[in-house]
Amino acid sequence: MTGRNRENYNKNYIDYVNSFSPPTKHFKNCLHAFGVGGLICMLGQFFRFFLENVFSLSGDELAAGTSILLIFLGTLLTGLGVYDRIGRHAGAGSIVPITGFANSVCSPAMEFKTEGLVYGLAAKMFVVAGPIIVYGVLAGTLVGLIYLFL
Amino acid sequence: MNTIFFHHQPRLVATGSIAGPKESEGIVGNFADKTLKDDTFGESTYEKAECKMLTFAVRKAIENAGLTERDIDLFVSGDLLNQIISASFTARDFDFPFLGVYSACSTMSESFALAGAMIDAGYFKRIVAATGSHFSSAERQYRYPLELGCTRPPQAQWTVTGAGGAVIAAKETTSSPIALTSATFGRVVDYGITDVNNMGAAMAPAASDTVVKHLQDTGKKASDYDLIVTGDLGALGSRLMKDLTWEKGVDIQNNHVDCGEIVYNVIEDEFQGGSGAGCSALVFNSYIVEKMRRGELNRVLFVATGALLSTVSSGQGESIPCIAHAVSFERV
Repeated sequence: MTGRNRENYNKNYIDYVNSFSPPTKHFKNCLHAFGVGGLICMLGQFFRFFLENVFSLSGDELAAGTSILLIFLGTLLTGLGVYDRIGRHAGAGSIVPITGFANSVCSPAMEFKTEGLVYGLAAKMFVVAGPIIVYGVLAGTLVGLIYLFL
Repeated sequence: MNTIFFHHQPRLVATGSIAGPKESEGIVGNFADKTLKDDTFGESTYEKAECKMLTFAVRKAIENAGLTERDIDLFVSGDLLNQIISASFTARDFDFPFLGVYSACSTMSESFALAGAMIDAGYFKRIVAATGSHFSSAERQYRYPLELGCTRPPQAQWTVTGAGGAVIAAKETTSSPIALTSATFGRVVDYGITDVNNMGAAMAPAASDTVVKHLQDTGKKASDYDLIVTGDLGALGSRLMKDLTWEKGVDIQNNHVDCGEIVYNVIEDEFQGGSGAGCSALVFNSYIVEKMRRGELNRVLFVATGALLSTVSSGQGESIPCIAHAVSFERV
């Protein structure tokens, strides 16, 4: 089968497979993501109040302190092998907040530690988080430029 | 003609198998030679664990056959890791020659077919064919780090932690009643599936193609087999395969079973069932062979299926070419 025929045949098969495949439960996943993501953000807000009232931080220090606590928590739970279990049921709710970023840096570091501290742990640490940083910085720059000219 | 016939009927003498913790909870837990509680098998890395499991399966198969390492003429094996390191590193521990093969998850049936052919031709007397896989080493090579908190899609399968192998020997050296009678080498079939989480759908056409070709070449009917065992199509893939085979005028509804579909009691995230080279190796070399030995199954067509992709090819947007090799086992 070549050319167009093959494409048609493929399309038929793929349509046929899709008609059988169990559908991804978007609504359920969204609901879980909303719940878990919301809880993580609530926890962040709790940290914020805590730092504000107990350590009297404010402004940038307060924001940075909150982030540091959340990153610590995300990393700790990854190391204890709990975060992936949360992630499995959380839809995207545990990926989007900063704890998910911590998890995406920490998990490859743990995984590739067996290949050495330099070429394993350090070099592979950003295999998952790398794209987030690249496109995060790019998007930030673009928005910044738009903001500059407005 | 894609089928070769073994006129001297080489025998499957004995098998060795080992199952990981999750696998041991399923049906193979009662049949495997060893069931693990710890998926590292006492090793520092998962790759070493995979290698140790494969070594165990090889040693156990030789032991169960009542032989010693010196009786073995050749070792045919492969696995899923890059440069088939598990198989090569296993071979390092033995004195007999090693033939490394790669056919993804269909490595078991390819190894059986090669071993059968070489014994049938009279080149060797006894060959060990074995393979295995490990969930954690495969996950790291093909997907994401273990601890990454991501959701698995419902089409996904779970790579089997386990290994299995068998001693294949010339008829005159053994009294085993299980003979290899023919083997069909599969074509590479690609129906354009690009979703790496849907291996069952990608491999079903290859499995169907090989089964139909085997039946044509041998002049047999599907009902001549007590069981047609596919490797790791999973629940969805099995259903697709049955339909595709039905379209070609062959009915395997009643005697088809898939190793991936039966290996787990699906309770967590295994969804469609097991996959990986170890899936068919473990299930066939424990459960199926034991059933044949007891005489509960007399004629079995073993069709392990493999997805011949790599992370590079799927990264470049290529679809998934798949293959299936069939080996027919009969009690004589």
